[in-house]
Amino acid sequence: MSKGFTPSPATPAVITANDLRQGHCVWMRDGDWTADPREAELFEDEAIAELALLDAIAQASVVVGPYLAEARRGPDGCPEPTHFREAFRRRGPSNYFHGKQAEFAQTELEASNV
Amino acid sequence: MFDARPQHNDQHREYLRHRAQQFRRQVERRLDGSLTEEEFRPLRLMNGVYLQLHSYMYRVAIPYGAFTPDQLRMLGHVADRWDRGYGHFTTRTNIQFHWHKLVDIPDSMEALNSVGIHSIQTSGNTIRNINADAFAGAAADELEDPRPWAELVRRWSTDHAEFQFLPRKFKISVSAGKQDRSAVSAYDIGLRIVEQDGVRGFQVWVGGGLGRTPHLGQVVREFLPQADLLPYLEAILAVYNLTGRRDNKWKARIKITVAERGLEVMRADIEEEFLRRRQQFSGLDQEILNGLRAQFAPPEFLDAPVEGYEAARAANGAFRSWTDTNLHPHRIPGYASAIITLKGPGETPGDMSADQMRLVADLAERLAHGDIRVNHDQNLVLPHVRKADLTEIYAALREAGLATANAGKITDIIACPGMDYCTLATARSIPIAKDIAAHFRARGLEDEIGEMKIRISGCINACGHHHLGHIGILGLDRAGVENYQITLGGDGYETPTLGQRAGAGFPAEEVVPAINRLVDAYLELRESPQERFIDAYRRLGVAPFKAALYPADA
Ligand code: HEM
Ligand code: SF4
Repeated sequence: MSKGFTPSPATPAVITANDLRQGHCVWMRDGDWTADPREAELFEDEAIAELALLDAIAQASVVVGPYLAEARRGPDGCPEPTHFREAFRRRGPSNYFHGKQAEFAQTELEASNV
Repeated sequence: MFDARPQHNDQHREYLRHRAQQFRRQVERRLDGSLTEEEFRPLRLMNGVYLQLHSYMYRVAIPYGAFTPDQLRMLGHVADRWDRGYGHFTTRTNIQFHWHKLVDIPDSMEALNSVGIHSIQTSGNTIRNINADAFAGAAADELEDPRPWAELVRRWSTDHAEFQFLPRKFKISVSAGKQDRSAVSAYDIGLRIVEQDGVRGFQVWVGGGLGRTPHLGQVVREFLPQADLLPYLEAILAVYNLTGRRDNKWKARIKITVAERGLEVMRADIEEEFLRRRQQFSGLDQEILNGLRAQFAPPEFLDAPVEGYEAARAANGAFRSWTDTNLHPHRIPGYASAIITLKGPGETPGDMSADQMRLVADLAERLAHGDIRVNHDQNLVLPHVRKADLTEIYAALREAGLATANAGKITDIIACPGMDYCTLATARSIPIAKDIAAHFRARGLEDEIGEMKIRISGCINACGHHHLGHIGILGLDRAGVENYQITLGGDGYETPTLGQRAGAGFPAEEVVPAINRLVDAYLELRESPQERFIDAYRRLGVAPFKAALYPADA
């Protein structure tokens, strides 16, 4: 699991959580939250990541359970998960094509088709 | 002291209304920041609300798996209105909605409450939903209907002040058939209705449980007079409450208490406590039970000719196959119990759409005495069906994709939600279940293989009962890759045994080929088509099956 993880230039991380009201997965970007994991901010510096995590924890009436999840920069420059759990969180369940992430996955599929 | 709350009456409705309002305010206070997540979490869990991988999950109890058409219709409504058009039935006869928004749950809760169902004690360290034989009140081999007893236990345990903070969750199941169909040995307490010298009583099992350290229950009382049930249960719970380990979550279940202290020590404590507790029961529980018996009186069974049924069987091979596989003998001639498996081609085990719920509700109302059950195989049951009506029921089910003739077969796989939904998971279960089912359907081997129980869990918690599978599969995380460990020889019923680990785990794409080798070995080795996989395994031991699983080692 990705909890308790420390980012470094070799193993960067994103901050992720669940939206308090709706429950869906969200990722931190500029101190705010996005449902599109490609927009997540990739932290390579431990100190900056820790500060951002503190900020995330302070947003307790917006999100639940924020944590650092190991990620890497993908070919398109966007962060990509390194562990399958985070991949499933971003894509949604494999039995149905739905979840907030489905919309994102759809655009990603379309993008990969061009 | 025994307290009869809550009942299906005004008092019960008032109580549920009160609980729902309370939860609504708790949600509001969480959203406006006056409750922290730490403070709110136990409150939401008390109401069956979990936060899962992608969303909130709302778990609703279906006591002893029995519901009415109105209740099933309402579950369909909730699925449409506040979820994504489906629900997931579990091995504990709960239904879980995977996509509720926290802000909507109070509304959903009130809608369910309006038809008498709720989510109280579906989570937390308390007595959970009571399970029973899904054929209760219908089975030909049944001594008596266990539902009044299960309902009595439910009323006693719901909101029982003393047992709200047990060391860990607590599960009870009741079975009344000559055959055990509720896996009593896998529960914290398992109850079997038995007869001794013409007198009815309970054989009481204690200390069963799956999860990280699986244990089969042991008989703590061979024969308990029926009237003593509640004081005896109370005695067991009191002893567990006092002596169960609270220092370590993984050692807190009663299975560990029994294993560590020994059955004899537990029995002595329980019997002593029982003598004390019995004096506190005034007999009110037995009065209530008598009322319940009337409430569970059998429907008025109609005489019906069965010639049409036999003719339809002769004329329609698909119908014949469905009746051969999915019916269970009823105690009334001309009747049967019909299993509706939720394991059709490409389906997620246990999932049911809102449309399917409405269809089954209508069918049950029109043709099956308004009685519906869900069993621990994640399938539905219509317990009372006139054989004459089966052709019509079959046709309607078939149209809705609900007439798969595979009850108890290799494609009737139990699977927990696994890492497609569950935060605790270490790997996925659903795609593995689907791949295995698709593979054996494509080979057309379901009938040839006969009874075969495959069960899959996405982590050691064993929600998919993998320890009790003839073939069990446990999903694990091996260095960031999904890996699946196979257990063999598990059985939950007459001769309960826990499955044994066969060897090293398999990567996801090698699971189907591995199971395929196992099944081929069985087909090769069995003495006759009547010898089930589990029987062949018991006769031959693990060696030939291990050789099939790991040919390179052989
Ligand atoms: C929110 C999803 C779920 C969570 C968080 C969850 C959690 C757990 C945990 C922690 C245990 C181990 C308990 C222990 O040994 O102390 C467990 C056991 C179990 N759960 Fe679940 N579960 C979930 C869903 C399900 C589902 C979908 C099913 C049925 C398909 C199920 C049925 C069971 C069963 C049968 C056991 C083993 C019973 C036993 O240990 O005696 N659960 N669950
Ligand atoms: S077995 Fe594990 S993965 Fe499956 S539902 Fe239970 S807790 Fe979740």
